[in-house]
Amino acid sequence: MDNQTGRPTAARAGEKWKWRMACRVDDVPKDGGACVSLDDEQIAIFHFSRRGEWFATQNECPHKQQMALSRGLIGSAGPDNEPKLACPFHKRTFSLLSGECLNDEPLRIAVYPVRIRDGKVFVGMRARAEK
Amino acid sequence: MSSTSKPIVVVAGNGMVGHKFCEKLIARSERESMEFQIVIFGEEPRPAYDRVHLSEYFNGKSVGDLSLSMAGWFGDQDVILHLGDPIREINRTAKTVHSSKGLVQPYDYLVLATGSSAFVPDMAGIEKKGVFVYRTIDDLDLIKAYAPQASNAAVMGGGLLGLEAAKALLDLGIADTHIIEFASRLMPRQIDQAGSQLLEARLTQLGLQIHLNKSTLAIEGGSRIESLQFADDTRLPVDMLVISAGIRPRDELARLAGLQVGARGGILVNERMETSDKHIFAIGECALVNGMVYGLVAPGYEMADTVAANLTDGRKTFTGFDMSTKLKLIGVDVASFGDPFIAEPHCRTIAFEDRNKGIYKRINITPDGKYLLGGILIGDASTYNLLLQNVTNKMLLPPDPEELIMGVRSGEAGGDGIMSLPDEALVCSCESVPKEVICKAVTDKFIHTVDDMKKCTRAGTGCGGCIPLVKDLIAGTLKANGQYLRNVICEHFDHSRQELLDLIKINGIRSFDEALDHYGKGDGCEVCKPALASILASLWNEPIQKQVTIQDSNDRFLANIQKGGSYSVVPRIPGGEITPDKLIVLGKVAKKYNLYTKITGGQRIDLFGAHVGDLPDIWEELIAAGFESGHAYGKALRTVKSCVGSTWCRFGLHDSVSFAIRVEQRYKGIRAPHKIKGGVSGCVRECAEAQAKDFGIIATEKGWNLYVCGNGGSKPQHAQLLITDIDEATCIRYLDRFLMFYIKTADPLTRTAVWLNKMEGGLSYLKNVVVNDSLGMAAQWEEEMQGLVDSYACEWKEVVETPELRKRFTHFVNAPRRKDPTLVFDKMRDQIKAKEW
Repeated sequence: MDNQTGRPTAARAGEKWKWRMACRVDDVPKDGGACVSLDDEQIAIFHFSRRGEWFATQNECPHKQQMALSRGLIGSAGPDNEPKLACPFHKRTFSLLSGECLNDEPLRIAVYPVRIRDGKVFVGMRARAEK
Repeated sequence: MSSTSKPIVVVAGNGMVGHKFCEKLIARSERESMEFQIVIFGEEPRPAYDRVHLSEYFNGKSVGDLSLSMAGWFGDQDVILHLGDPIREINRTAKTVHSSKGLVQPYDYLVLATGSSAFVPDMAGIEKKGVFVYRTIDDLDLIKAYAPQASNAAVMGGGLLGLEAAKALLDLGIADTHIIEFASRLMPRQIDQAGSQLLEARLTQLGLQIHLNKSTLAIEGGSRIESLQFADDTRLPVDMLVISAGIRPRDELARLAGLQVGARGGILVNERMETSDKHIFAIGECALVNGMVYGLVAPGYEMADTVAANLTDGRKTFTGFDMSTKLKLIGVDVASFGDPFIAEPHCRTIAFEDRNKGIYKRINITPDGKYLLGGILIGDASTYNLLLQNVTNKMLLPPDPEELIMGVRSGEAGGDGIMSLPDEALVCSCESVPKEVICKAVTDKFIHTVDDMKKCTRAGTGCGGCIPLVKDLIAGTLKANGQYLRNVICEHFDHSRQELLDLIKINGIRSFDEALDHYGKGDGCEVCKPALASILASLWNEPIQKQVTIQDSNDRFLANIQKGGSYSVVPRIPGGEITPDKLIVLGKVAKKYNLYTKITGGQRIDLFGAHVGDLPDIWEELIAAGFESGHAYGKALRTVKSCVGSTWCRFGLHDSVSFAIRVEQRYKGIRAPHKIKGGVSGCVRECAEAQAKDFGIIATEKGWNLYVCGNGGSKPQHAQLLITDIDEATCIRYLDRFLMFYIKTADPLTRTAVWLNKMEGGLSYLKNVVVNDSLGMAAQWEEEMQGLVDSYACEWKEVVETPELRKRFTHFVNAPRRKDPTLVFDKMRDQIKAKEW
């Protein structure tokens, strides 16, 4: 099964992704999130099973620098059903597509593409700059 | 300065009425496509401010708060404003005014809005330091500056403004404040003898000393005031005097220009507000119309509108004005309306006096009992708007007019009474907004809030007295249109919590997704997911771990997330009673996992700073020692606080600890719209602070008193007495009913106090439902509650015993044993402390 999910916006054209195995599908609760450690970064992975979609973001909420986004509630907003995530600390909500904060704050989180293969979850990390 | 052919209107005075005139003229000229050049000369150094609420200046309102116009208003409106530069002279032949700074300004029309000054009686010593008038912001600044050196003070004049001044002195910290009134009663122009006596009693209670029938002869002292001397040969030593003995129209400019003035002051005008010169008008407190000087702002506004109309379309006259007033004086409602003093045989009077509560109400009705003529309300003026509308619209009285003031129907009378007003009934007299305009705004423009109504119609932007009426009209119109303000829980569910609870129950819905598929849209959110989780838990009491991703973070990890992302652990300690052995276990566990410990307000012990991965291990040890979850993380029963009660206390009447434990054990784990706290006290000394809880039980000689809907938090509210002297079994039954009623009908995240405040009928309705079973639900609720009690299971025990559930308690799913490296602690007083963010 090769099932690249999320939306095209999550992967910008021409960008190079280094696909990293993050965890097994079963490690992430349905319609919820879990945190993985990849390249010393904390990544929050969300299985939006209701929509059959997967998303990944940074785990740190930029509002108070708390490693907590994976423990937040996910849902949708607006007439277009934009998938979103709410931080459990102060309910800042972020688009899972663009990473933008949806409650009027100039905050933004990084979003990553997700790919599912053989019951495993892969996250596309940005290729490190060549040295 | 613009030099067009626009007619020039010069306004002398930038007070409330002068300012209102400019607004009215601009509005009316826009409507008629006319243009005027407005030029204002004001004496005070600041633009027009709200003189009616002047005393609020002492309560922290700033000059800006009181200002009537936004900064830049004058420029935007192309109005030329000269402040601190009063007009000195009018040349009627050349049609020019001359300002004190030497400006010469031609006019086509001149509007005198010079207002009034405080009337200062001619008496010896009036020039002494410490003697003030109460009129302008400058006066208030002088009073404020002098007050710290005064230990006592007097206000001369017991009228409306005098009482305001007395309040201002109290607010400035002068506890020893006297009111000196020449007449035999307070507020002689507004209220009668009986009303005055009642008001006097209330004001005396507040610390004001009132002297009636006192004629002041002289102010004594050296350079400063030291005492007042009265005609009856008595003296009152005071450090400060504020004179508020009435107003005197500022007519000196008009006199100088040869305009006709009244014998006792005031610029004579006709009903078009024209002076004896057709190009000069006078409005507000400087004008004498129908032999009367109107000292209130609302008639002044009406005069302003009359002149604005006459300069534009020319069809408006001022034919007198209702002098009804309502105000809150030092916390006491005082109102008079229509003709308050008319006496028999021209009317029949109905009076109601309650000296206990400090309420006096009098209404005057026509001898045939058909119409209301006027009245007086002291202590409770909640029916003022309704009664005033009754008078001004000549509405037929009900067969038992005494009901209008006896309070029997006061609650209900609000709604229906108001909707039966005629369309033209004036609701906001400051802005002349009739009922019709307000109702239309609701229906046609979808205005549903007072704030929006202010923006849309300006109703309520003046004195604010009509705001309750505006509110009732909005609600009444919505109701009449078959609309009501739906409080749906979020964008995904077009239902209130109560509606959803019913739907889910009736249709046996067991999961969030099912509920969303049937009754919602979209994918849910952080609002509806926990709300539905609470409903599902309240109905079916299934373990919340079954649908873990609809729970708020705290419920998901069965612990409270704290700064930094660590969790706190709160085991249940029912009634606050704990054995030494269990205390030792708590200490050992805290030490082993390096947890910060603190006693909570609910008589238990909170262990902070646990890593998410340590939670199951911590709980395994706690459960082994006999502890259970304390549900500190849930919208559920927290604690039932108790005092030690009759087992030890020499005052205790009953065993409050045992009862608290029984109640806490019964309701533990039950999910509700918000957290619930209880308390049980063994006697009236109330050491358990039960009256600050959602339910409080206090021992009496004969049993227990049950209090409900108290609240600490940001808006503390005492619990109210539901029933007295009941036994334990009855108390539990009433609590079952009360809690089920709350669980089923409250909005999400609404504590019992707010729930009760919003309940129509309030405590008496709640009492009827819980005690008298007026809804016939008691048996069902008791049964449902018993079902919840019987299906209780400790959530943590389940997690500890289930490997699949334990697995979820980890920070990194791809490295389950690794802790969050960003979680670090500081030290304080020998314990850990979360790092500042």
